[in-house]
Amino acid sequence: MKITTPASAGTMESGDIMIEIESGEQQSVEVVLKSSVANEFGKQIIATIRGAVEEFGLEYAVINAVDKGALDCTIRARVFAACQRATGSDAFDWGKRA
Amino acid sequence: MTRDQAFYSALTALDRQAYVPGENKRLYDKDPSSLKNRMERENKIVESLEKAVELSGLKDGMTISFHHHFRDGDHIVNMVVDTLARMGFRDLRLAPSSLSDVHAPLIQHIKNGVISHIETSGCRGALAKAISQGLMDDPMVFRSHGGRAAAIEEDEIHIDVAFLGASSCDPFGNANGYSREGEEKSMCGSMGYARVDAQYADTVIVLTDNIVGYPNVPFGISQRLVDYIVCVDDVGDASKIMTGATRFSTNPHDLMIAEATSNVIVHSGYFYDGFSLQTGSGGASLSVTRFLREAMIEKNIHASFALGGITGAMVKLLEEGLVRRLLDVQSFDLDAAQSLKNNRFHQQIDANYYANPYRRGAAVNQLDVVVLSALEVDTSFNVNVLTGSDGIIRGAVGGHPDTAAGAALSIVVCPLMRGRMPSVRDHVNTIVTPGDTVDVLVTDQGIAVNPRRPEVAERLEKAHLKVTPIEELARRAERITGKPDPLPFGDKIVGICTYRDGSVLDLIRNIT
Repeated sequence: MKITTPASAGTMESGDIMIEIESGEQQSVEVVLKSSVANEFGKQIIATIRGAVEEFGLEYAVINAVDKGALDCTIRARVFAACQRATGSDAFDWGKRA
Repeated sequence: MTRDQAFYSALTALDRQAYVPGENKRLYDKDPSSLKNRMERENKIVESLEKAVELSGLKDGMTISFHHHFRDGDHIVNMVVDTLARMGFRDLRLAPSSLSDVHAPLIQHIKNGVISHIETSGCRGALAKAISQGLMDDPMVFRSHGGRAAAIEEDEIHIDVAFLGASSCDPFGNANGYSREGEEKSMCGSMGYARVDAQYADTVIVLTDNIVGYPNVPFGISQRLVDYIVCVDDVGDASKIMTGATRFSTNPHDLMIAEATSNVIVHSGYFYDGFSLQTGSGGASLSVTRFLREAMIEKNIHASFALGGITGAMVKLLEEGLVRRLLDVQSFDLDAAQSLKNNRFHQQIDANYYANPYRRGAAVNQLDVVVLSALEVDTSFNVNVLTGSDGIIRGAVGGHPDTAAGAALSIVVCPLMRGRMPSVRDHVNTIVTPGDTVDVLVTDQGIAVNPRRPEVAERLEKAHLKVTPIEELARRAERITGKPDPLPFGDKIVGICTYRDGSVLDLIRNIT
């Protein structure tokens, strides 16, 4: 699967995360995170984002994330939505356990 | 004056002196001028702050104090410290009852050596962040309101000069947080914390933007305690000192917590006709008042008094006859200040009366129930209200440990999580209130009772309120949020959190 257009998902509200995704020049998944809980959860948030991107099936991406204390379930949902939009994918597998 | 030999012989026998006109130079001479003239000529008003400082005898290294009744609208602290810096003072020790966002300009005065030590109840905003990052060599000392009153009374804090802002003051020093004469520019209601400073400081300077006629009755600070009065353009920004009524929260988490807390109070064994109560001003703790009101009406129960920081919600209960008296050390909103001004059963009290740990009659010791907010609670029921989850100072000790220790039943309320931060956890960043004085924790996801109070747990369970072990609440929070990484604390001690008697509860280290 390939990124065809830059896309975003999420908001800057407290408890949410804003995910912006685009194809980068590197052959890897790059995550740049700004978080209100960076000291306590920064590493875990980056791991969650990375995991969700790979689970979606993308190998290359640059992700800018602005986090306002979102839970893991929210982060995964926002990453999946951004990936869907960036790849123009409309194969929603609603039954699949996210 | 006709006096015979017998008069003088009698005085000799009594070993007393006869009055001789003009002999005692300390007596005031009779002044035939009118009250109007005296207010103009014989008053304590000095022409400038600089002059008042000179007269006070302030020297480098001395302790100056302020009150925080003007909250984030305060202009006094910055104005006075700016002036003292211009006058060349150094190494001053600052002992305000609390500090807030508006006091960020103190950072510069700390860097320049004008201020070398601070004792306070709380600190917020840019100043607090700078302190947490290691701005001061001397750690900031935090005390509760009761602990501060005791430290001042016992001379652990010796206040050389108190600079006290007042919403009104007459030419002889009767000062208050409102005015019965015309319109005050700004109103703060009770001056409870300032009254301790006025009583014990060597020199008391009142700063006001509203000189009223003598006598300014009722007064919060008596003229007998005031040395000098300075007129200033404004003591603060009225819109930030007070807002109308503190509004009830509409946050569903807060409302769930408030309703559960009200149920806990009703079934705790302390809900009887004549009980006493204090609630904080935080979202959930304020909303408790609304749910409790319904229970009080339904069961025909009245409170003998409500204490503390008073809000409009509590004033409403007073006016409805559900609460018989209000004891007010600090008015949280305009409704509370207006009520203090107009209702004789709404009494202004000082911090000694409120919470001095060495006073048997202290009002906190007469509390049946107190409801307190928390930033963090640990599985030993220790509470933090001072440092944020990022380890940075961002709150105030306030009356938290005083009321928790004094009340027969102390209830701490907080959401189980705030965003991704668990509020109930294994360890709090800073212990402000020791867990052995905290009886019940109410969260949006369950109620926990301190094992020290099995009888309370039993009463709640009998009323079909589900009691969960606090460890389980902490585990539930961690399951959802994940385990936070340790904070990047450094080795420098930037804050000392003391208990009510001055003993050290916890240390705050710098954040790198």
